[in-house]
Amino acid sequence: MAKIPQKRIHKYLRHNKKFPHVWCPGCSNGIVLGAIIRAIDELKIERDDIAMVSGIGCSSRMPVYVDFNTLHSLHGRAIPFATGIKFFKPHMKVIVVTGDGDSTAIGGNHFIHAARRNIDITVVIVNNNIYGMTGGQYSPCTPHDDVATTMPYGNIDNTFDICKLAIGAGASFVGRTTAYHAIEAQQMIKKAVSHNGFSVVEVVSACPVIYGRLNKKGGAPEMMTEMKENSITLKGIDKLPADKKEGKIIRGIFIDEKRPEFNDKYQQLVDHLKEKK
Amino acid sequence: MSEKIERHREGAIIKDDLPEKMEVEINEVNTSGDYKESPVYIYYTWCKKCGICVEFCPTHCLGSKPDGSPFVEHPEKCIHCETCDRLCPDFAITGAKR
Repeated sequence: MAKIPQKRIHKYLRHNKKFPHVWCPGCSNGIVLGAIIRAIDELKIERDDIAMVSGIGCSSRMPVYVDFNTLHSLHGRAIPFATGIKFFKPHMKVIVVTGDGDSTAIGGNHFIHAARRNIDITVVIVNNNIYGMTGGQYSPCTPHDDVATTMPYGNIDNTFDICKLAIGAGASFVGRTTAYHAIEAQQMIKKAVSHNGFSVVEVVSACPVIYGRLNKKGGAPEMMTEMKENSITLKGIDKLPADKKEGKIIRGIFIDEKRPEFNDKYQQLVDHLKEKK
Repeated sequence: MSEKIERHREGAIIKDDLPEKMEVEINEVNTSGDYKESPVYIYYTWCKKCGICVEFCPTHCLGSKPDGSPFVEHPEKCIHCETCDRLCPDFAITGAKR
């Protein structure tokens, strides 16, 4: 062992307490966490001004490893906790990290209503297509015909499109990227954190140990190569013929609008009522 | 060992544990023992041998050992693109330039 200088990310990680982390070999959660840390480092936000909230799940273990104000809350209920923090401390940047099952199945109701409210929270959804931590049950994002431990003969349900769901519910910033495109993820998270309003970033990620094994997708490099080859940007999708569009992961920012934010509106209401007196 | 656990329980910031003083294993290839000359270094204690860095290195600078863990096979090929750094899920690899 010999001494080496610290990495940039060591500043933001609880590296002396919790590492190596619990995620499986090749899990994309670490890549997403790295992207979040780099985005925050570029934005130069103080560590004390960030609150990272999560529910339960593989990706929701991220707050354990970072040195911000962190809150590890109930399954699917990360967004209500985050709403409370944002409401009480409006200057704070609140980041919610959830998985696909956590945010769209168990916390689906909270997710759509926070989007409707347009409160300034950044939600990073790590979509690995399965409930990894609890043992491989199928989630709303498991693709059709894919195998999960509770769907051993193939999934017969249809899949949620998280971005369309968020746009429909009223989120003012929605983007999708993959874990392979780490620089794009970093830039997108950076934009989402600085956006004033409810912002959703869906990161399509790989779960090589549970989802990959059940569906014979190979190891982590193979799954990430598939992401690289099977995804296309928002501009590129228009040029493709219609028969090739199916099954492609569309990357890019779908919506980026300026809409009145909940805390601002609330403050306006308070000021208005004070004037009336 | 028990002393270490006790320190963790306290939860306070201990002066010895500041990031500047963190110690990690130096890259094996770097025989001179000077990390500043190797383009990439790897923390073998954190590495889980998933193979992502070896697969996605654009110049095939990294190679894998028989047990699957990476090492710097061709140090002269490194272009400091940070791909391995960004794609490592375990924070176990970094470009030495920073």
